[in-house]
Amino acid sequence: MSDRRRFLLDAAKMACGVGVLGLGVGLYAKQARALPPDAVRPPGALAEGDFLGACIRCGLCVRDCPPQILSLARPEQPLATGTPFFTARTGPCEMCEHIPCVKACPTGALDPALTDITKSKMGLAVLVDEETCLNFLGLRCDVCYRVCPLIDKAITLEPQHNVRTGKHTRFIPTVHSDACTGCGICEKSCVLEAAAIKVIPFPLAKGRGGSHYRLGWEEKRKAGRELVPGLIDLPDRLPEPR
Amino acid sequence: MKTGKYLLLRRASQLGILALFLLGPLAGIWIVKGTLTFSYTLDTLPLADPYVLAQSLLTLHLPEQKMLLGAAIVAAFYLLVGGRVYCSWVCPMNMVTDAAAWLRQRLGLRMGSAMPRSLRYWILAMTLVLALATGTLAWELVNPVSMLHRGLVFGMGAAWAIVAAVFLLDVFVSPRAWCGHACPVGAFYSLIGRFSLVRVAAVRRAQCNDCMDCYAVCPEPQVITPALKGEAKGAGPVILSPACTNCARCIDVCTRDVFEFGTRFGNTPGETIRLAEAKELQ
Repeated sequence: MSDRRRFLLDAAKMACGVGVLGLGVGLYAKQARALPPDAVRPPGALAEGDFLGACIRCGLCVRDCPPQILSLARPEQPLATGTPFFTARTGPCEMCEHIPCVKACPTGALDPALTDITKSKMGLAVLVDEETCLNFLGLRCDVCYRVCPLIDKAITLEPQHNVRTGKHTRFIPTVHSDACTGCGICEKSCVLEAAAIKVIPFPLAKGRGGSHYRLGWEEKRKAGRELVPGLIDLPDRLPEPR
Repeated sequence: MKTGKYLLLRRASQLGILALFLLGPLAGIWIVKGTLTFSYTLDTLPLADPYVLAQSLLTLHLPEQKMLLGAAIVAAFYLLVGGRVYCSWVCPMNMVTDAAAWLRQRLGLRMGSAMPRSLRYWILAMTLVLALATGTLAWELVNPVSMLHRGLVFGMGAAWAIVAAVFLLDVFVSPRAWCGHACPVGAFYSLIGRFSLVRVAAVRRAQCNDCMDCYAVCPEPQVITPALKGEAKGAGPVILSPACTNCARCIDVCTRDVFEFGTRFGNTPGETIRLAEAKELQ
């Protein structure tokens, strides 16, 4: 066999063998891109796809976290090996004012542009279970509302008529996505055996209206007048008197 | 074969560096914080792994300055002392694979043929292509080297299984398989070491009595031949191959004191004798 032929064959053998290995690792990397819903990234984390290219898994954010809630994913855990996360139900983010975890990050995987912790978006709290939430049942639990670091901004209590008793008010804990940081203190504090309110990754938690939708009453307020004047006002159909 | 002072120094270096990393989490004494991919020493000196930086850059993410500075310091250091000094003096995996090589020798195992040495460069290329193609540090999901170090500092979990796999691979499947043939980290550092200053040289090669001890103990024996036996072909005595890890086991075991540490310069055949004579005169 000529030297050139041998070289080409050896190169082909290597390229194929290593290519198969690379394909395996690549497919595994694709699987590992999905963040399991109960794992929350530290404040300032880039969008998951960018984060996995930027985070070098050095663990400095874990070390500098004052309440020590962060940990690095181990190989057997269902998120990218070595990346930092916390579990809201067992240890939520305490929203330190100076954000030491972001300061510690050497790569910008935790974005240094985040200087105000109340602007962080680690996830979004969602009251996922209306059937067990005590406030929905008409009781005054209010714990998630009371513990929220952004009380009356991220979570408010919205009064509703209690149809079951017919004479009481239900105070419905309502999360506002523009203010909620996803710190998870509400999930941690929920008094139920399994939390009725949970922090969920933002893109999963949030709906989005059609980009062409306009809210008529908002547009009217902004314009200061009726946008389509002279609309025919149809008669309201009132219930028949008993 | 002799243990030798360099083997002891290497173990002291490997264990000492590990101890510095563990002193923080175990004893609360924070001299070094982080892992081998990025660390702060005394809260001021940043040190970063240039291989991880290369992967990260290929995902098209530009890291903060401290990461770039840390990687530059580390790269400059290895450019000086030899790229694969990382492998033999720092990397914790070296102790695992050295133990495997020792066990393989003690058990007299002969099975398994060696893989080609070029494999590591193919794997290195594959890891870099993966970073570019997936936009993530894909190799760092499975890299046994970073997994072992991170495991020791932050908690092992199932990383034990991967380290054990490397150990068993080296003992039973193929000799010196991981560090000597497959590891892309070593391949990357060998590229830095291509121009490194500190090298081992067979300065007194005329005294060699062909006992083959150096070949038997060397993790990369192919690097010895040109320096030790190349005189007739006009080759100098310095081991210039970037695969050499500067582990200095050859210096330890040679009964004729053929090898010693030197620089990459003055590598001409005539220089051998003059260097040796100068040493004798001292």
